Amino acid sequence: MSYLEFLGQYGDRILSGTVVTVVLTVLAALLAVAIALAAGLMRLAPNALVRGVATVYIEIFRGTSLLVQLYWIFFVLPLFGITFEKFTAGFVAVGMNLGAYGAELVRGAILSVPRGQWEAALALNMSPAKRMWRVILPQAVLIMLPSWGNLLIEMLKGTALVALIAVTDLMFQVKQINGTTFQSAEAFGTALIIYYILARFMLTPFMRWLERFMQRRLGRA
Amino acid sequence: MNSQDMSGFPLELQGETVPMVSFRKVTKSYGNLVVMDSLDLDIAEGEMVTIIGPSGSGKTTVLRMLMTLETINGGVIYVDGKPLTHMPDGNGLVHANDRYLRRMRSKIGMCFQHFNLFPHMTALENCMEGPVHVLGLSKKEARERSEELLAMVGMADKRNQHPSRLSGGQQQRVAIARAMAMRPKVMLFDEVTSALDPEVIGEVTNVIRKLVAEHHLTMLMVTHQMGFAKDISDRVCFFYGGRIEEQGAPEELFGNPRRERTQQFLSAVKEAI
Repeated sequence: MSYLEFLGQYGDRILSGTVVTVVLTVLAALLAVAIALAAGLMRLAPNALVRGVATVYIEIFRGTSLLVQLYWIFFVLPLFGITFEKFTAGFVAVGMNLGAYGAELVRGAILSVPRGQWEAALALNMSPAKRMWRVILPQAVLIMLPSWGNLLIEMLKGTALVALIAVTDLMFQVKQINGTTFQSAEAFGTALIIYYILARFMLTPFMRWLERFMQRRLGRA
Repeated sequence: MNSQDMSGFPLELQGETVPMVSFRKVTKSYGNLVVMDSLDLDIAEGEMVTIIGPSGSGKTTVLRMLMTLETINGGVIYVDGKPLTHMPDGNGLVHANDRYLRRMRSKIGMCFQHFNLFPHMTALENCMEGPVHVLGLSKKEARERSEELLAMVGMADKRNQHPSRLSGGQQQRVAIARAMAMRPKVMLFDEVTSALDPEVIGEVTNVIRKLVAEHHLTMLMVTHQMGFAKDISDRVCFFYGGRIEEQGAPEELFGNPRRERTQQFLSAVKEAI
């Protein structure tokens, strides 16, 4: 079977797997950003208990394997009465894992906003919440965007693990195709190219655009 | 802040001439390093007081304590007759809560050495930020107020520029307008010309001269511009080692300094020019 014939025969399944991977990545990214923001801010809270909760979360999800976390969420949590549908378990695991890494990016970026900005906001008598939302975070976002670009690419590639709990993503589909055809080079080669295209020609340009957009808002473009 | 005996400090300053700002035995230290040693300093309403002195003498700390950017370890600061970082509780003073602190802080405005404009906002937005989001003014009112102030500092035509597009002198003028937009009673200027190129210092000092002439503000300024300090101040304080070594009218302090350290400092500054 030529490669074109291979694509003709399995193209639909590869495409549907790609769509699942993309949707999974987008949902996991949204979750990761929300978690990162919350946990990053909590790490800077004056209250030790709040800081502690965030630290424990980050330590657990950064310090253990994503695959193990995925299995925990899908196979172990049901034993405690918390059951996720496999697609949900997939993006929740990936999102929570990357959210822990993202939290440190958020924290680091907030801390690297010059101290003078905090002081100027305080001198204007802004409340702590307004100081954060209106003055510090907009500047922190620009500082952390390039690192988020890397993280999101890691996340896209990390989603391949959800195939192991039978989410029908790109990796799952090509594994199935390989299992029936034994055309490993074609199957996994195609997956390789698709992951690369998604990362290089979709995610990266999107993050670059976002950086330019934020720079314009800061009057730096 | 350490617990301290607050019994010697009144809950409120009373009398005919209550100073706008009053430091009473104010102490500030970092560990064993005392940077402010039992400071007593009264500033009358409408008075322009300049602080000079060698670096590390605690000049900037005075302003930062007044802006509540630094906590104090002892004593009480009164602003407009009321304690700044303490509040009355029964018959004594206790540490102020956030609400009280914010009410007191609203009387004070500050300009910084490095301007500290918000880079993601235009000049106009920088000026409107406080009035809209702290004072609760409508955008229209805040805009009118801000445009008026930007015109006063000569920045009306640059109001839609971001700080990155402005020179240091221009940024500092916007920063002055931003602080003034909050209508403070006391304005603090912390070495506002130190980070500027020599040729643009004049544009900032001229704005401050204008403020002195046109507004009845109480001002406290730290500066290295001795000439400017001499002809704009009502009083000059020479700081040394966290204390006021000597103070007086500018012509007196610059013309006839009594203390040896003041003489040394002033002659060293003169040599540098």
